[in-house]
Amino acid sequence: MDALARLGRVGIDFLENLGRAHLLLWAMLRGVDDLMRRPRLLVEQIHSVGVLTVLIIAVAGTFVGMVLALQGYYILTQFAAEQMLGVMVAASLVRELGPVVAALLFAGRAGSALTAEIGLMKATEQLAGLEMMAVDPVKRVLTPRFFAGLISVPLLGAMFSALGVLGGFLVGAGLLGVDAAGYWSVMQTRIDFYGDLVNGGIKSVVFGVACTWIALYQGYEADPTSEGVGRATTRTVVHSSLAVLGLDFILTALMFGE
Amino acid sequence: MVKRSTEISVGLFMLAGLVALFFLAMKVSNLGSKGTDGGYLVTAHFQNVGSLKEKSPVTIAGVRVGRVQQISFNEKTFEAVATLYIEPRYDQLPKDTFAKILTAGLLGEQYIGLDPGGSEQFLEPGDKITMTQSALVLEDIIGQAIFNQAEGGGNAF
Amino acid sequence: MTADEPLVKIRGLRFFRSGRMIFDGVDIDIPRGQVSAIMGPSGTGKTTLLKLIGGQLRPAEGQILVDGEDVAELNNSDLYRLRTRMGMLFQSGALLTDLTVFENVAYPLREHASLPESLLRKLVLLKLEAVGLRGARALMPAELSGGMARRVALARAMALDPMMIMYDEPFAGQDPISMGVLVDLIRALNDAARLTSIIVSHDVKEAAGIADVIYVLAQGKVMEAGPPEQLLKSEQEWTRQFMHGHADGPVHFHYPAAALEEDLLHG
Repeated sequence: MDALARLGRVGIDFLENLGRAHLLLWAMLRGVDDLMRRPRLLVEQIHSVGVLTVLIIAVAGTFVGMVLALQGYYILTQFAAEQMLGVMVAASLVRELGPVVAALLFAGRAGSALTAEIGLMKATEQLAGLEMMAVDPVKRVLTPRFFAGLISVPLLGAMFSALGVLGGFLVGAGLLGVDAAGYWSVMQTRIDFYGDLVNGGIKSVVFGVACTWIALYQGYEADPTSEGVGRATTRTVVHSSLAVLGLDFILTALMFGE
Repeated sequence: MVKRSTEISVGLFMLAGLVALFFLAMKVSNLGSKGTDGGYLVTAHFQNVGSLKEKSPVTIAGVRVGRVQQISFNEKTFEAVATLYIEPRYDQLPKDTFAKILTAGLLGEQYIGLDPGGSEQFLEPGDKITMTQSALVLEDIIGQAIFNQAEGGGNAF
Repeated sequence: MTADEPLVKIRGLRFFRSGRMIFDGVDIDIPRGQVSAIMGPSGTGKTTLLKLIGGQLRPAEGQILVDGEDVAELNNSDLYRLRTRMGMLFQSGALLTDLTVFENVAYPLREHASLPESLLRKLVLLKLEAVGLRGARALMPAELSGGMARRVALARAMALDPMMIMYDEPFAGQDPISMGVLVDLIRALNDAARLTSIIVSHDVKEAAGIADVIYVLAQGKVMEAGPPEQLLKSEQEWTRQFMHGHADGPVHFHYPAAALEEDLLHG
């Protein structure tokens, strides 16, 4: 009986959180006209959310592309299909690894920082202070960060994929001796703009919304203590990663499944 | 408020992101090779196109000269019709050019290889390539081999 | 509305937090133009009371009238309009950590009044001058001491020339000098700008020193109210213990426990 009651409470807590998260999302979206009048806030946030994440994305993207080329080459030579290396690298990156890994890195680098920032603003009464200055903290603080994340993640994903393809090219053509022109031409015939690129882009946008939303929600709902903010930061990384992987499965099934 | 260096770095960030998107679209995907800018289309009829796809390469002596624009089925002749897009600079292909469906590697993708003939006349836009060789379908080859073996008592392989 | 109508009028306020009763029928009148202190031991919900007045929390029952408007009944835009006429000084100062002192004080002005930059600068400098921190305008909040941060926050709370300012534990954790500075400032600002001030505090000496009226809260109720002199001489046992800081009285020194002998014997 006790276990049943606990299960019930967990379920109700979950529903409550889900409801609060959606109310927060709605409140953030309503701040959009306010944001239009203050584009500087958005610029500032794209800087702290996007620009500061570029380095890790660039390094990770290049290396993932290089590793894909090495591993792919090993498999493809067994079928005498080395000319497919470019396709393999590009397809893996554009359809899966670009959006997914970029979003995971974003959650770890920028999402956790967002949660900590918002949580600390709450703990130091800055959010309550804004409210008492008759400024809506959701519109002023959360909305710009939300849209900055929404804009940054797809761009970061594109950079990840593009650098990965280049990294794969460096290893494939430079190290493994794959025909350089073939790397590009076979890739171009096999990677479809709508089927692969646009779908990858849609994934990236969805992940961007999910990661930023989770990070802001966790910060906004954090216990206003240093311990509470720490726990919220951990939750952001865990929840974002699970959300990205889960959403990726659903989106892949919808897009690429027959 | 917002510092100039912040604005510049955000500008660079957006630019880099858009360049990456453009690169993916034009260099990695097939968007860059869409359209028939200046090139011309010819058709070729095959008994069987195998796993040939739209956008598969069209080559001469291994050099890419165009791509498969469209594959359709002619209900009267029961043949597959492949529309080939040939890039503008290859506008002097002889009329009696021979089109074969080839396979890159054992399990690789299929593409069209053109063998130029000796005619003095060149292919015009909309022309039909009459001499073709269909794709090799693995089941057919095996079936053929078994048939030969049964008939000729053994030395097919 | 007459001038002697209280600025804040609380009637029959009841409020719960996570199932626990915080206020159980509280009536408070905050007179205009005076400094009122709301006192009580930690955890009696003094800060909660300020949040209720500011409309950040909604009461379960009862009315909170601020300048004749029922805070809990206002819609969002009316509430925000009312808040521009209220200043609040948070315990930590609640300065925006990524803006300078100057920009912090300018923030409410930039938000709510579209002033030319030169006028805005003059106004901000005047507000900072009033709290004695004009020279600190280029500093970041992290470079300020706790007392200075509170003074900057005070300048910010004053920026829109509100009708009232609420102080949340303004004296907690201050050294004697900055405490004295704040006490003087609160009194001086109140009288110079004809403000109404509400101070939430448990520092009896300082609060009694500047308040015109004191409300003592405990166990969800107003224990006693009146001018400081009256409360200091109060006959009521509870008020006396709180005002004079006796260790034992109606509020026991010992956390409720079984008798000591019993505990020791059964250990």
